[in-house]
Amino acid sequence: MIPTSFDYVAPTSVDEALSVLAEAGDDAKVLAGGQSLLPILRMRLNAPEKVVDLGRIEALRGVRDGGDHIAIGAMTPYCDIVDDALVREHALLLAKAVETVADPQIRHRGTVGGALVHADPAGDVGAPVLALEATLVVVGPGGERTVAASEFFQDLFETSVGDGELLTEIRIPKHTGWGASYEKFVRVSHQWSIVAVAATVRLDGGSIAEARIGLTNMGSTPLRATAVEQALVGKGASDLAEACSAAAEGTNPPSDLNGDADYRRHLAGVLARRAVQKAMEG
Amino acid sequence: MTAVDDRPALEVGKDRRRKEDARLITGRTRWTDNMVLPGMLHLAMVRSPFAHANIQNIDTAAAQGAPGVVGVFTGKDLADTQGVNINAWPITADQKTPTHLPVCIERVACAGEIVAVVVARSAAQARDAAELVDVDYEELPAVLDMKEAMKDEVLAHPDLGTNKSAFWRLDSAEQGSGGDVEEAIAKARESGIVIEREYRQQRLVPAFMEPRSTVVDPTGDQMVVWSATQVPHILRFAIAATMGIQESKIRVVAPDVGGGFGGKLQTTPEEFATIAVARKLGKPCKYTETRSESMVSAHHGRDQWQKLTLSAEKDGTVTGLKVELLADLGAYVAIVGGGVPVLGAWMFNAIYKFPAYQFNCQTVLTNKTWVDAYRGAGRPEATYGIERLMDELAAEVGVDPIAIREKNWITKDEFPFTTVAGMTYDSGNYEAATEKALELFGYDELRAEQKRRREAGDPVQLGLGVSTFTEMCGLAPSRVLGSLSYGAGGWESASIRMLATGTVEVVSGATPHGQGHETAWSQIVADRLGIPFENVEVLHGDTQTSPKGLDTYGSRSLVVGGEAIVRAADKVIEKARPIAAHMLEASVDDIEFNAGQFTVRGTDKGVGITDIALATFAAHDLPDGVEPSIDADATFDPVNFSFPHGTHLCAMEVDTETGATTMRKYVCVDDIGTIINPLIVEGQMHGGLVQGIAQALWEGAEYDEQGTLVSGSFVDYTLPTAADTISYVSEHTTSPSTTNTLGTKGVGEAGTIASTPAVVNAIVDAVRHLGINDIQMPCTPERVWKAIQSAGGTQDAAPVADAQPHFDEGTPNQDPAAGTTDGAAQ
Ligand SMILES: Cc1cc2nc3c(=O)[nH]c(=O)nc-3n(C[C@H](O)[C@H](O)[C@H](O)COP(=O)(O)OP(=O)(O)OC[C@H]3O[C@@H](n4cnc5c(N)ncnc54)[C@H](O)[C@@H]3O)c2cc1C
Repeated sequence: MIPTSFDYVAPTSVDEALSVLAEAGDDAKVLAGGQSLLPILRMRLNAPEKVVDLGRIEALRGVRDGGDHIAIGAMTPYCDIVDDALVREHALLLAKAVETVADPQIRHRGTVGGALVHADPAGDVGAPVLALEATLVVVGPGGERTVAASEFFQDLFETSVGDGELLTEIRIPKHTGWGASYEKFVRVSHQWSIVAVAATVRLDGGSIAEARIGLTNMGSTPLRATAVEQALVGKGASDLAEACSAAAEGTNPPSDLNGDADYRRHLAGVLARRAVQKAMEG
Repeated sequence: MTAVDDRPALEVGKDRRRKEDARLITGRTRWTDNMVLPGMLHLAMVRSPFAHANIQNIDTAAAQGAPGVVGVFTGKDLADTQGVNINAWPITADQKTPTHLPVCIERVACAGEIVAVVVARSAAQARDAAELVDVDYEELPAVLDMKEAMKDEVLAHPDLGTNKSAFWRLDSAEQGSGGDVEEAIAKARESGIVIEREYRQQRLVPAFMEPRSTVVDPTGDQMVVWSATQVPHILRFAIAATMGIQESKIRVVAPDVGGGFGGKLQTTPEEFATIAVARKLGKPCKYTETRSESMVSAHHGRDQWQKLTLSAEKDGTVTGLKVELLADLGAYVAIVGGGVPVLGAWMFNAIYKFPAYQFNCQTVLTNKTWVDAYRGAGRPEATYGIERLMDELAAEVGVDPIAIREKNWITKDEFPFTTVAGMTYDSGNYEAATEKALELFGYDELRAEQKRRREAGDPVQLGLGVSTFTEMCGLAPSRVLGSLSYGAGGWESASIRMLATGTVEVVSGATPHGQGHETAWSQIVADRLGIPFENVEVLHGDTQTSPKGLDTYGSRSLVVGGEAIVRAADKVIEKARPIAAHMLEASVDDIEFNAGQFTVRGTDKGVGITDIALATFAAHDLPDGVEPSIDADATFDPVNFSFPHGTHLCAMEVDTETGATTMRKYVCVDDIGTIINPLIVEGQMHGGLVQGIAQALWEGAEYDEQGTLVSGSFVDYTLPTAADTISYVSEHTTSPSTTNTLGTKGVGEAGTIASTPAVVNAIVDAVRHLGINDIQMPCTPERVWKAIQSAGGTQDAAPVADAQPHFDEGTPNQDPAAGTTDGAAQ
């Protein structure tokens, strides 16, 4: 369908973008890869007067080494993440999750920042970012602030990024040498997750020293299964089922055409076990 | 001797790359939406969000005043000029057929119906203004479930007084083609086996790639209508018949059309509305739907409940089959919507020798999108029912599903065979196709693997599914259609024009929308006339260039339209023969034609057919009384349907922990008679298979209690992509059809018809040992998992089949996971 008409601006710096946003107030919408925003505009679910395209702000793109963390620019497209050496070395879980997003065209346009701010609970970036205990950098008229991933996701399609603010960077503490796996359950390949489990583990000998588990589409935001993480400590590969069976505890997953809440809870347990098993393999 | 060696290699049978693909694939071609005319205006439709409502008032003032708007028209404004959507196949004389207006005037009967048309200078302006049309609806109770509709408590069309549209029956005892089915069933209850099942054929969205689009130019002497349609000829007829426009004043063009799958064999409200508005304004107008509009307003397919009773002797010899269908038509009886389920009447008995048979079909109206043909149209539904039942019978008898089929199918020596439904199958060889398929599949090894996995309690179980299908296609003998009150004949027409410079135009009344007619027709003509493939041009889809035709659907183009071309070509040769004799100064009786050359028997004198075309063009020296043309027309009316068949084998893995299903292997061996172009056939098979597999696994049009299509976009209507498919093994056996000279049978729908039951049979086979004998389509992981849970999920649970009640004891028997309403088992 055809969106309503809007003004289009493409600033080349974050400061410029912020001042355009400040001026436009409520009537502006930020455009990243457009893979969520454009369908929304075309279906006329939103009708901004101004669209502020971040695509020309070079500073927001790319992955760099931040010492104890890696820093990913909000405008880095999925396809750049998947093969990025720093990401694969220090945050393998993110690469594994991003590989499963949609199809190559969408991974070429869609950005990590856009996905995080869009905050679709069925999106595949939230759970790994949460599990990897990332910090998100948000700038606004009042300057820069950092938000822990655990504080970032507030509700369905709601984050702590306010009107007039921009997400600029995702900082992920280095998980060097951690094995990772993202078990995404879908019916057709280009689908959003019905349920997915993000698991990353550090091994000590043959057993788990530390584990981080994130859940996709098990509630209105990405979730972390901390009880499972704790229960996994010290476990070997053949000894995961019981710890993982609690993956869905305390979750409130949706019911839709792909499955009801009970089914999703069941899936979470099975997928958690499989994810951890694969993560242990590398 | 040498003449044979000089012959060019035959075109028929060559895997020619398709002539049309470069332009179709790049899109640099004449899709309707690519069309731009001077001064052209754009339409946007205002559609009802409600399933059933009275239109109280429509305020168009704001829209009228919006930028670029030329006019806003409600149903009232168009009442006298908009025509009406036609039902061309009333299945009974007393069928209830609600009037189907293109733009509703008083009441909408399903969500997505048009209530106003906005016309503006640009498509964007039209869309903006459409948002400003203020429609005041009074919501009415809607009936959405076809079983509820049967109660006539809530009416889809209150003025009709009932939701029941028509009841149609075929009974083998009554028509004298077999015995009494009730007797057969009663006897089996005493001393044989009775299998009773209720299956659901879910609603599907045809989901063609190119959205529908119509451009109308009313400014010339003839009004020209370009439309993304499968049926330009039928559209022209419908416009003339319902809009008060002389047929000779209408030219309809189907330019390149991007897929249809039956979804574009409709004459649509959008076409009629665009014509009405263009004529009113005297300006060219274009309407192109969005995908969201297409999902809800283009017709849907399938949507049946099937109550099936099969009787057999203890050894598995079938004795009777009783079919009771309930078919949801949606809100209106579409062009052939009522007839689609009835096509199953001749197909439920399939390849088996049932001595007694009865088919009952009740069509019913609801407040959902109208339903009509979707790839296979009536035959996939029937094939699903019978092929599922044959697997159930095999399980009951305790034999392999292949063995139960062998016991009951028509053997190769029995052709031509007149079935219990009264059809005469001309040719076939089920033994050969099955043998080849089993071998390619590695059936025995896979069975052994299945056993191993069962014994090991593997969480991933393996199941093998069989579908030995046949179908009737190549619609159709006009007489048969007449006897069924079908609104048209089933002939097809062709013309061949021999151009002076040696090239040939072939005009076909069949209208391709992706099938590759241009290539296949060129191959046929190249061989027949001895002309290079490249020198044949195929014209179609325009009532000005191909004035006669009945278009493309029901796998009819080749078996009917192809035969018309052969006959036209033969006429060309016959017309050229006396001219050749004259040029060669020989007697007509001594003239032979071979590979483009007319020769005098016993000499080396000859003249090419293209030389004759040139001589005819000049017409300087023709024999007396011979007209200066060797062009020819032919119209072919088939004497019978065509009956392709095949054996499809599918191996599915079922992850019992999650219910996820994965296809391991798919082998099909189809007998489609003579193959013109193996590459095109391969394409038809693969595409057809995916669509059939998609019904089994992925697709389903689901509504909520308000009558809103929940799966109204490709986010929720899970159409597969190439990434979801495996490499299929598609091979052939050949029993040429005896009802056309090429020996061809239809292939356009075969894959879709055959594959659905093969997949579901495989899934059920994988978990049958857990006590499961059915899973409702689409077999989502959730449904599979829940079936396993409710069956107890243990290896030694008792089969539940025996525990199910008989139909006559009241409650229908159906699988525990299947609800009575759509999506109840979701
Ligand atoms: C067919 C299809 C299939 C898909 N399948 C999947 C899938 O399987 N898994 C999955 O995870 N996702 C899927 N997606 C969604 C995809 O991942 C989107 O790309 C992503 O959600 C949004 O990223 P974007 O860069 O395109 O953002 P946009 O669409 O441009 O923006 C999204 C939202 O974020 C805001 N925004 C963007 N960047 C910033 C910023 N830096 N600061 C503040 N606000 C910002 C925008 O204003 C907008 O509200 C799919 C999308 C499509 C079209």
